[in-house]
Amino acid sequence: MTCRIPHLTKTLVIPFLLSQLFLITTASCETAEEKGLAIAVEASRRDDGFGDYTADMLMILKNKQGKESRRSIRTKTLEVPGDGDKSLSIFDTPRDVKGTAFLTFSHKVGDDDQWLYLPALKRVKRINSRNKSGSFMGSEFAYEDISSQEVEKYTYKHLREEDYNGQACFVGESYPVDKKNSGYTKRISWLDKAEYRLQKVEFYDRKQSLLKTLTAKGYQQYLGKFWRPDEMNMVNHQTGKSTRLTWKNYKFRTGLSDKDFNSTSLKRAR
Amino acid sequence: MEWKGDLSVDGFLFLENGAFPHQDNQSLSVATNFEVYHDIRENLSFTIEAFYRLDSEDKERSHGDLSLAELLYFTDNWELTVGFGRVFWGATEFAHLVDIINQTDQVEAIDGEEKLGQPMVHLTVPKDWGVIEAFGLPWFRERTFPGINGRFRTPLVVDTDDTTYESSSKDHHLDLALRFSTTLAEADIGLYHFIGTSRDPVLQLSLDQDFNPVLHPHYEQIGQTGMDFQLIAGEWLLKGEAYYRTGQSRSYGATTFGFEYTFSAIADSLMDLGLIGEYVYDDRDEGWLPTINENDIMGGLRLAVNDMDDSTILLGVIHDIDFGSTIIAVEASRRIGESVRLNLDASIFTNMDARDPAFSLARDDFIKLEMIWYW
Repeated sequence: MTCRIPHLTKTLVIPFLLSQLFLITTASCETAEEKGLAIAVEASRRDDGFGDYTADMLMILKNKQGKESRRSIRTKTLEVPGDGDKSLSIFDTPRDVKGTAFLTFSHKVGDDDQWLYLPALKRVKRINSRNKSGSFMGSEFAYEDISSQEVEKYTYKHLREEDYNGQACFVGESYPVDKKNSGYTKRISWLDKAEYRLQKVEFYDRKQSLLKTLTAKGYQQYLGKFWRPDEMNMVNHQTGKSTRLTWKNYKFRTGLSDKDFNSTSLKRAR
Repeated sequence: MEWKGDLSVDGFLFLENGAFPHQDNQSLSVATNFEVYHDIRENLSFTIEAFYRLDSEDKERSHGDLSLAELLYFTDNWELTVGFGRVFWGATEFAHLVDIINQTDQVEAIDGEEKLGQPMVHLTVPKDWGVIEAFGLPWFRERTFPGINGRFRTPLVVDTDDTTYESSSKDHHLDLALRFSTTLAEADIGLYHFIGTSRDPVLQLSLDQDFNPVLHPHYEQIGQTGMDFQLIAGEWLLKGEAYYRTGQSRSYGATTFGFEYTFSAIADSLMDLGLIGEYVYDDRDEGWLPTINENDIMGGLRLAVNDMDDSTILLGVIHDIDFGSTIIAVEASRRIGESVRLNLDASIFTNMDARDPAFSLARDDFIKLEMIWYW
């Protein structure tokens, strides 16, 4: 039997894969690490070519006592061939932060570039994105959860296949490449085998204990190819707090370009 | 058509009697901001932002402004705004040296962060290698100063009814500015040149109509070259600003720079703690143009609680190296419900030295409480 390296468009993955090949100690042809990576690459490949999309996001924070607070955010995302996505998020509520905008250039390797626009001062501030574990606007989502999920930001290990919510799923672990600045030691993800959509993720903190669980539901397909969930729920098991994200008005290929994601367009974002 | 605005109430409580006659010991004011925005076409819009404050004590602080009234047109290759605009240049947190387009609304905030709307024609041309901006500024706005009953003022009141200009066109001199800004790897850099009316007046001794001694603002013609940068270096954010100015007394330079470092998710919570350290140096002629930013070191601690109410607490210290004067400031803020924000600010001016231009603030220790309702 010969081992086959899956065809990878992501050239950065190949050196990693080759290095893994030399580490094979079991008789098995494809190691758990290779399979985990191959699944992540396939999930990413299936989302290639979306071009751009816009959506309206509602973020509902809930504390242990059940008190809720809402933030409505409009998002614009541009696919960048060969690198991470560019995205622009504009806050509509709470009213005291209305017009505040985040511009992010995510990268497959290295830290993302991020800027914050403060409308009251008409000021653009650079943000250091090295610290990935910080909370995104007081929510249970850390910056590393919200940012573009590039294959290269993690290493992988396939664990098993099992049913989750009636769907056959791949269950695998992923480990942040930037161990020093991530809030996690590992994530365990459930991806359905049919469409490679993220169904559930468990996040383990630096002490290896279960910190949060993310579940996604209401997947809809756009342009006959690209799946997006209508809802995601992040529950923090250690604090009892949770954050629910719901999306509306997904629009794909709206004609966005690099010119909609620069400092000039950030200042007129509204 | 999009409408938004806010209504706020604030109260100042001063901890000592004022250093100068007639100064108030407490004050109450109400203010409102109003904004309307309309897309005329996909790439053509107008925005109007107006503001008014009514103050119980200081008639100079009772004032309004058209902070924005601009028409914006943009294409993929350029953008033009015409009207009353607002532009921010700069990078640092404590001193704002290079921000020159808009005049400071001094009665609104002593930190210089509040600005007046500036009439302008502003062309922006974004390119792959950077952004070029050109400004024509046809009408000058005078700085606001506290009145005789106000705090945070000079020993003699600044009489803005008696303003003088170096230019014979007075406040109708056409000021010009050109700016280039770009992002190089992990650095944002801006470089500009400005020619026109200085936003900083020289305060000259004179007499008012009743022959009382007052200060009157005199605005000179200057040339100013400035730069600012924000740079990511590992876990640090480094920032700096500098300018060189000609036309006021002798030519001089000023600079401020520093760092910001953030600890995320401290103590297993969502809280972020930011550390800020900055330094400011100003080389101007002391007698001609006093500044409180001569040779000062600043430190800040910013705690973002990251709770539902976006609670934040900022502790700042400004220390004058030459004179030892020290300002300690606390700013705490949280939201109440969905559309009200509560701000509590306090400042202590301590060890103030009589040779320091900031000495006139020595008895202005205050606590300020502000509630803003957004609609």
